[in-house]
Amino acid sequence: MSDQALNTVGKSELRRDGLSHVTGKTQYVDDIQFPDMLYLKMVRSPLHHARILGIDFSEAEKVPGFVRAFTYKDVPKNLYTILCLIGVGPDEEPVLAEKEVLYKGEQIAAVVAQSEEAAIEAAARVKVDLEELPAVFDVEEALKPGAPILKPWGTNYFVYEGHHCRRVRYGNIEQGFAQADYIVEGCYEPKPIEHAPLETTGCIAKPEANGRITVYTNTQALYFSMDNTALILNVPFNKLHFVGGTVGGGFGGKVDVIVEPIAALAAMHTGHPVKYLYTREEEFHVSSTRVAYRIYFKDGVSKDGHIVARQVTSYADSGAYNRHTPYAVTKHAANISGPYDIPNVHIDAHCVYTNRVPTSAMRGFGVTSASFATELQIDKIARKLGMDPFEIRLINAYRNGDMRPYQKVVGDATLVEVIQAAAGMAHHPLSERFQAMNSWDRANSPARPEPVSAEKRS
Amino acid sequence: MAKLKGTGISSVNYPTGMNLGGDPTQALIHMTTTGTFVISLASCDLGQGLKTVLAQIGAETLGVPFENVLIDTGDTDTGPHCMGTFASRTTHRAGNAIIMAAQEARKTMLEIAADELEARPEDMETDGQGFVRVKGSPDRKIHLVNLALAGHFKYGKTVAGRGIFFKPNLGIDPETGKMDPDSTEAHACVMAEVEVDTETGEVKVLKLQSVYEIGRQVNPKLVEGQIKGGSVMGLGHALYESTEPYYPSPEHRPGGFFEYILPLAPDVPEMEIRVLEYPSADGPYGVKGFGEMTANAPIPAIVNAINNALGTEISTHPVTPEIVLQALDAKQSKS
Amino acid sequence: MASKIVTFTLNGRETEVMVKPLTTLAKALREKLGFTATKCGCYEGNCGSCTVIVNGEPVLSCILPVEEVEGQNVLTLEGITPAEGLHPLQQAFHENFAIQCGFCSPGMLMVSKALLDKNPHPTQAEVAEAISGNLCRCTGYDPIIAAVLQVAAGSNGNQGGSHE
Ligand code: FES
Ligand code: FES
Repeated sequence: MSDQALNTVGKSELRRDGLSHVTGKTQYVDDIQFPDMLYLKMVRSPLHHARILGIDFSEAEKVPGFVRAFTYKDVPKNLYTILCLIGVGPDEEPVLAEKEVLYKGEQIAAVVAQSEEAAIEAAARVKVDLEELPAVFDVEEALKPGAPILKPWGTNYFVYEGHHCRRVRYGNIEQGFAQADYIVEGCYEPKPIEHAPLETTGCIAKPEANGRITVYTNTQALYFSMDNTALILNVPFNKLHFVGGTVGGGFGGKVDVIVEPIAALAAMHTGHPVKYLYTREEEFHVSSTRVAYRIYFKDGVSKDGHIVARQVTSYADSGAYNRHTPYAVTKHAANISGPYDIPNVHIDAHCVYTNRVPTSAMRGFGVTSASFATELQIDKIARKLGMDPFEIRLINAYRNGDMRPYQKVVGDATLVEVIQAAAGMAHHPLSERFQAMNSWDRANSPARPEPVSAEKRS
Repeated sequence: MAKLKGTGISSVNYPTGMNLGGDPTQALIHMTTTGTFVISLASCDLGQGLKTVLAQIGAETLGVPFENVLIDTGDTDTGPHCMGTFASRTTHRAGNAIIMAAQEARKTMLEIAADELEARPEDMETDGQGFVRVKGSPDRKIHLVNLALAGHFKYGKTVAGRGIFFKPNLGIDPETGKMDPDSTEAHACVMAEVEVDTETGEVKVLKLQSVYEIGRQVNPKLVEGQIKGGSVMGLGHALYESTEPYYPSPEHRPGGFFEYILPLAPDVPEMEIRVLEYPSADGPYGVKGFGEMTANAPIPAIVNAINNALGTEISTHPVTPEIVLQALDAKQSKS
Repeated sequence: MASKIVTFTLNGRETEVMVKPLTTLAKALREKLGFTATKCGCYEGNCGSCTVIVNGEPVLSCILPVEEVEGQNVLTLEGITPAEGLHPLQQAFHENFAIQCGFCSPGMLMVSKALLDKNPHPTQAEVAEAISGNLCRCTGYDPIIAAVLQVAAGSNGNQGGSHE
């Protein structure tokens, strides 16, 4: 379709929600109030790893305004894993801890009271008797013999169809290294990061006259959250009604389905709307973080700057539970070769459990770490060979018609054009050879299309 | 001790969508008596502007003004299924679903117009201004409101459509990792210029220059918003942010904004942005997903620039003053 | 402890609110009076999203006990929104896409208004400094600074706005 034919696509129409945002009329979860609302606060583990010997609510119950406490015994299907809806298993995270806690901050019991202050006070007065257990925090330590085993299936790693890691195998890695003139190794370690949306994660679950529960939530995925909640509460899906769609910043931090099930459970049992909104401290201390990785590279490189072989062993720190990390590791494994054409690739990407706050989805999901590592590594190679950072990238950039290591033909590549444009922007001269390159310059590339309009428009 | 400058680049790809369970998203469209089209969805706007771009895509396919399209989303009783807003998927997935639904609604809309104008449906066209008209004779036209009234009260027709995006899941080969996990790839090259104070270890990002290729832009200002916002988030990741600063030690975890450092307005560097557009084959109007990657690309560019400035081999982020000073010490003890 | 009545001027109107001691202005505005344009991203004085203007000064309403505004002049985002149309700053934020998720926007608008009321023609650095206590995770601040500068460029210092 030619650009002239387009009417609104390509135009900077003003935001649909702009007027309500600038007047403060946009309604977020914390702006919703019901007169008979109750407040939910969590009793959390003060230890990284411990056995639960007992819970005593007697002092909490004396707090004026206390309504009810909940433990795992109240949760119909207490064990779950978020991605179970699409076949990832087994269930391994408790809504409320049963016999053991695996991270500091883990949810042990919920307390519901008539005011926020009373809920905080009552939760603080719950006595949990814990026996501390040895904890493990390092991804490689966790895989060594003798490390405390955190999972009922007997390992500290997620099992990918019988394998201890997500594998990618392409070409012949040994032959690749044999052909190489240089071997360049590296180890890259991006740390965990908080999403820090300005609106904290939360919801209000409200019982309706017809027996249904309406959940006002800031989830990034309404059906995902609703379906998981229905499974956990063991209620028909149509007993739940999720309302949201307006989120005060997400960045992947609001897809974990932590607050909705327990708030809905409390609403069902008390007959009152129940609010469970993370404090800013909870957002930092107990909400999932970006995955931390340790990534080992061994690249075989030819004199002319081609990466001819890449072996990567990567350890993702999933924290205590799966959340979305097993899939992030798959995406990481697929992208750890970067946007480069490498003929021999051997990837082992591990999803490792530690006694740490679970990690999960965050903006860039599995690829942020891959881009970080590949881009530092290619600079390292350039330094070793004395090459220009633009040129080494142009030499290795994948072209249309190439094969990715996960055996998908490249069809939408424009990396060469992007790098050339960047060199132009930086007034970084490229020799004719590099100017002549394009993303369709392989023998098996499809025809080169025309770019559209960007220049025309600006 | 000195202030040293350095430059660094990164070139990255980012896949659109994931492929779990087919990664589906649906859309329903119907026309009301007022000639307004309501697009019903359950997709969430996180601030990126989803409600706006999806209205644009719907209006474009229907051939009606942007103002004539309402987005009704955020309610599981009325909106059909959406997998969720993540994986840079929603403009692509919901956009495709909307195009499919809009084509069906448009077909009926043109049939009603043809009946009213006594012409053939294949000779109808929309002018994007609120009229349907006969190709070649612009005077023979009918306004959307009249068309809607005729549909409702004269012909008894629903002007409506259903759409879904679905990508069959072929699974993953556990031995080789063979898979088809995404729909298309966006690309970026980011250049960073930094200044490092070798006495304090502090890094200042002076400039971020970004080139993105993201298929067709639906809304250029919203695109720019993602790139600027992602650039500054990436700057924060590169220099300041960690929930476990002494990872893998779990000690000293920040518990609030007073301990966890985010970029502030005075940290914002000079930013220059250029967007290239090579429409993707399967994106709505050629869209590629790119919201997430805008935070990815700046991180290695900034760290490469720091290594360029100092001659170090820093391989972690955030690059705090402590990391800078340690790297300088390591370099010195080596030489 | 007994509740007490606090009286102050809210957006030009005499207002009474009955609160327990140490109730914050943010809670009083949002939960007692229903003025929810003021958002709270942390409730602990570290993000700026709850900024309102008291006697011309930007203050963090989440850590200010409401008793402290007894007899004072409190202005919230509701108070600068005209009956028709928008305040110039609101208009500029909208047109410059200085809003994404919108959660920081009320605080950003109030702190920007307080700045322009005092310094109608700030430099870019002065705007950045003025909003440096307000966090925004979405926009990268740049469009916000541009919006404020646009208003400054187009004004003679009088920001209009009702209930000054
Ligand atoms: S809510 Fe007041 S500063 Fe964050
Ligand atoms: S627009 Fe989301 S925090 Fe500023």
